[in-house]
Amino acid sequence: MLAAALAAGLSAGAHAQDTAKFAFIGELSGAGAVSSTNFRDGALLAIDEINAKGGILGRKIEMKQYDTQTNPGVARAQMQKAIDEEPYVVLGPIFSGIVKVSMVIAAQNETPQIMGGEAADLTQQGNAYLFRTSFGQQVSMPKIANYIRDVVKAKNVAVLWVNNDFGKGGRDNFTKEMNARGIKIAADISTESGQTDFAADVVKAKAANADAIFVYTNEEESARFLREARKQGVSVPLIGETTLLGQKVIDLAGDAANGARGHVGLSADIPVPAVREFKTKFNARFKYVPDHNGIKGYTGVYAVKYATEKIGKFDRKALAAKLHGLTISPKDEPGILLETTWDDKGDIDRVSYIAEVINGKQTITTELPKLGK
Amino acid sequence: MADFLQLLVAGLATGGIYALIAIGFTLLWQTSQTINFAQGEFVMLPAFFMLVGMNHGLPFWGAVAAGILVSALVLGVAFKQWLVDPMIRHGVLPLAIATMALSIFLKEGVREFYAAEAQPFPPLAAVTNLSIFGATIAVQSILVLALAVGAVVALQVFLNGTRTGRQMQATAQNPTVARILGIPVARMILIAFIINAVLAALASALITPIYLAKFTNGETLGIAAFIAAIVGGFNQVRGAIVGGLLLGVVDNFAAAYLSAQYRAALPLLILIVVIMVRPQGLLGRVEERTV
Repeated sequence: MLAAALAAGLSAGAHAQDTAKFAFIGELSGAGAVSSTNFRDGALLAIDEINAKGGILGRKIEMKQYDTQTNPGVARAQMQKAIDEEPYVVLGPIFSGIVKVSMVIAAQNETPQIMGGEAADLTQQGNAYLFRTSFGQQVSMPKIANYIRDVVKAKNVAVLWVNNDFGKGGRDNFTKEMNARGIKIAADISTESGQTDFAADVVKAKAANADAIFVYTNEEESARFLREARKQGVSVPLIGETTLLGQKVIDLAGDAANGARGHVGLSADIPVPAVREFKTKFNARFKYVPDHNGIKGYTGVYAVKYATEKIGKFDRKALAAKLHGLTISPKDEPGILLETTWDDKGDIDRVSYIAEVINGKQTITTELPKLGK
Repeated sequence: MADFLQLLVAGLATGGIYALIAIGFTLLWQTSQTINFAQGEFVMLPAFFMLVGMNHGLPFWGAVAAGILVSALVLGVAFKQWLVDPMIRHGVLPLAIATMALSIFLKEGVREFYAAEAQPFPPLAAVTNLSIFGATIAVQSILVLALAVGAVVALQVFLNGTRTGRQMQATAQNPTVARILGIPVARMILIAFIINAVLAALASALITPIYLAKFTNGETLGIAAFIAAIVGGFNQVRGAIVGGLLLGVVDNFAAAYLSAQYRAALPLLILIVVIMVRPQGLLGRVEERTV
C-alpha cells in the first residue's frame, strides 16, 4: 500500500514535471463574457495544436481556467488562487479594469502575464511582466484620428464611450488626438458598462449634429447602440475600433452593423491566408466565428511557445526578459499569424487595418504599416 | 421639441414593457399574496424559449407563440403547483425567499445550459421611421407601445367584462367570501399565474430586441418593474400601468438630461418620495388589516 502511494506520488511529481502549467484568468461571465470566451477559445485552439505536435520543449501544456465574473474583487482572488499554483504563465484577463486590479499579483510573483487589455496606462506603470496581445489606445487612437481627419473629413465628432477603465482611457486618448488635429468634440456622452437601453444616448448624439459619431464601448453595448442608432435613423458615419467592428458585434447587431467603420488592430477577416485558416479552424472547433480576441488568445500562446523555445528552458524571469524587444515573424513561428514586436514596456507593434461592415461582413479597405517601419 | 418627443415615445415604449411586468406583480399579490422576486427572470427566460424555437426552424412569430405557450405552462402552471402551493402554507416570507432562490436558479441555469454571452434576437418589425413634428420616431417603438397597451386593454376587458374576470376580482378582494359564493378560488388563482406568465413572455418578446437575449436581463427588469408596481400602487392593476409608464419616461429623460450614472438612482428616489408621501402608491388603495 505504501509502495503504491509512493508510486502514485512519484507519478504525480513526474507528471507535473512533464507539463507546462498555464493559467487563464478571464471574464467568463458578466459583461466581459464575449471578449474573454473568444480569448480563451483562441488559447485552447493553440494549446491543442502545440500539444498535438509534442508540446513546448517536450512538455504538454495544461491550462486551468479562472472566472473573474467581470468583477474586480473576484479577479484579484482568482489571480491569487492561480498564482498559488505557480503557473509558468498567466493568460488574461481581457478587460482593462480587471487587468489593472490583478496584474500586480502576477508581477510580484515574477510570472509573465499575456493579457488582452487595451487601456493606455496598463503598460505605463513599469510592470516588467505584463505583455499586450493587441494595440494599446496610445497606438490605435492616432490611427483612428488620422482616418477621421483624412478620409471621413469630419470637422466635429460626437464621442460615446463606456464609463470603465477601457472606455475612459479610450475617450481621453481620442479627445487628445482630436484636439491635436483641430477637430471639435461636439458631444461627450458617457454610458455605463452593461447598459441595455441606448435610446436616450442616441437622441443626445443625434442632437449634437456632428459629422460623425465615435463609439467606444464593449462588444455587447456596441451592438445595442448600433441597433438603436439604426432604429432612430442615424445617418452620419459611426466610427469605432475593433469593439465596434468585431464579428460578435455584427452577429448581435444584424443589419444595423452595416456601415460601421474604423480601425481594427486585429480581425479574423483580414486578407492574410494564415488568419483565414485560423478562422476556419476556430469555427470548426467552437462553432462560431472568432473576433479579434480569439486571435489575441491564439497568438499569445504561440508567443510564449516561441520565446520559451528560444531560451531553451522553462524560466519565468527569462521568458519576460526574452519577450521585451522580441520580434516574431510568421516564417519563424507560423502560429503568430502576423509579424509582431513587443517593446521594452510590453506594448505591441504590428500592421493594422481600416475596415467597414458591408452586408454583414467586416471588409478590410486599407492596410496600415507597423509604426516601427 | 423634436428631442423631447423622441425621448417621450422611447420612454413610453420602455415604460409599456415595465407596466406589463409590473402588472404581474400586482396580480399575484392580489390573488395569492405572492411577491415574486423571480419576476425579472420570468421575462428573461421566455426569450430563450423563443430562441430555441427559432433554432428548431420555427418562424419568428411561431417561435413567439410557442414561447408564450411554454411560459404559460412552466412559469404559470408549474410555478404555482410546484413552488407557490407548497411554500405559501408556511407564510409570505418563506415564499418570497423561495422566489429569490428560483431567480438565481433560472439565471444560472440559462448561463450554464444556453450561453453566458448575449444572443441576437430579431426585431419585431423592419426598421422604418416616421417624421412627426421634426422628430424621427421609430415604428418599432410605436409597435412596442401599441402591443403593450393592447395587452393591458385586453386584460382590463377580461377582468371587467367577463364572468371569469369578475370572479378573479372577487377572489382578489376577499377569497373567503368568494369561496362562500361558490367561486372556484383555486382555479382563479391559477388563471392569475397563467396571465402573469403570458404577460411576462410578451414583455420578453418586446424588450429582448433592445436588450439582446442574456441571462442577466432579469436583474434590471425585475427591479424596474418592482419599483413601478410600488410607485403605482401594488394592489391596483391601473397603478402598475401608471408606475411602469412613469418609470420608462423618467429613465429616458434622466439619461438624456441628467446623466447616465444617475439614471438608475432617480427611480429609487421617486420610490422613496412616494413611500414617504403616499405609501399606498399613486393609484393604490389603503389596505387596512385586522390584528
